Amino acid sequence: MTLEAERLACRRGELHLFEGVGFALAAGELLFVRGRNGSGKTTLLRTLCGLSEPARGQVRWLGQDIRRLDERAQRQMLYLGHQDAVKDELTPLENLQVHQGLRGERSTLDERLDALEQAGLGGCEEIPARYLSQGQRRRTALARLLISPAALWVLDEPLTALDRRAVAWLFGRIAEHLRRGGLVVTTSHQSIDGLPEPRILELD
Amino acid sequence: MVRPLWTLLQRDISLIVTRRQDVLTVVAFFVIVITLFPLAIGPEPEKLRTIAPGAVWVAAALASLISLDRLFADDWRDGTLEQLALAPQPLALTALAKVLAHWLSLGLPLVILSPALGYALGLQGIELAVLAGSLLLGTPVLSLLGAVGAAMTLGVRGGGALMALLILPLYVPVLILGAGAVNEAMFAAPYQAHLSLLGALLAVALPLLPLAIAGALRITLD
Repeated sequence: MTLEAERLACRRGELHLFEGVGFALAAGELLFVRGRNGSGKTTLLRTLCGLSEPARGQVRWLGQDIRRLDERAQRQMLYLGHQDAVKDELTPLENLQVHQGLRGERSTLDERLDALEQAGLGGCEEIPARYLSQGQRRRTALARLLISPAALWVLDEPLTALDRRAVAWLFGRIAEHLRRGGLVVTTSHQSIDGLPEPRILELD
Repeated sequence: MVRPLWTLLQRDISLIVTRRQDVLTVVAFFVIVITLFPLAIGPEPEKLRTIAPGAVWVAAALASLISLDRLFADDWRDGTLEQLALAPQPLALTALAKVLAHWLSLGLPLVILSPALGYALGLQGIELAVLAGSLLLGTPVLSLLGAVGAAMTLGVRGGGALMALLILPLYVPVLILGAGAVNEAMFAAPYQAHLSLLGALLAVALPLLPLAIAGALRITLD
């Protein structure tokens, strides 16, 4: 189970963000992408999960080109971007259910409630997301990590808007996922003390 | 494969219906545009009867256009579109499910309402049935075409107006066939040919345009 990137080059319009980025991430490994604002961290993460097409190079997940994954390989990858994909009109519980439904995943009501409880949303499961704070919306999105069977997590700035306890909880979740043989690619401007020893990729 | 699409269909319909104002705006727009014609042209029944098929069809095309503006915009803004693009099922099927949900909640009401408005403009009997039938076959094509435009203009400033410029010319064949069918019926001429051609357009649009929508969405997300 590996995520491989080969001599990736990306540009946005006329701007060359980075080139020659390559790595192979194996099961149980954490890749931390570091770089100043505008160095292309988000673009790299979007390229790694197949949303953006690289100018050169290739990304392979489970041996397949990331832009042409089959259903099984696609299911094995979970992306969490800058935007939460949390619908204002729906409650956290409904949001979780819809998100799973769209991916064709199944879970019981108890599992979903449990995931929300662990994500620190106990008591808010039935309140439409528009009434929730930014941090609570983020937690709603992060609750997906608890019930998704995906092996590869691509998390873009997952710590935004989270309080200290939620950060500790998320680090714990990431560590457990890695122990079970999962892969994580992430980026953050905040301190990552408390995360298992990551492999670091510098963009400049 | 079916379950994710079913979830999406249910979610979209319930989002549109609970918001309510979308449905009301489109239906009110449709009715008001049609009532503008007698006000501008004058109340002579014979004149109104002559323009009735065209008036209802133009109003339906414009109503479809303004409602499609937001088809992907909300999902794009909150990041759901990225998640849909990364879901296991093909993006073209996802797009088709979204267009279907949109048409069921915002296009179908126009079809249901059209006989009443046609009647108000002086159409009668079989003409009303042909009007509703032509809209039933034609408005899904309008939705699919409009969805291509909506996907292409996502995130563009003034996207709505740009989309109208891109898409309205493509509405022309549907408009000609749809209004033509009712005109034929008014002269007791065979109208089946027009309806068959509309059906043929729908049969071509249904498998092909979702691919175009998916392509446009991928470019937007890139």
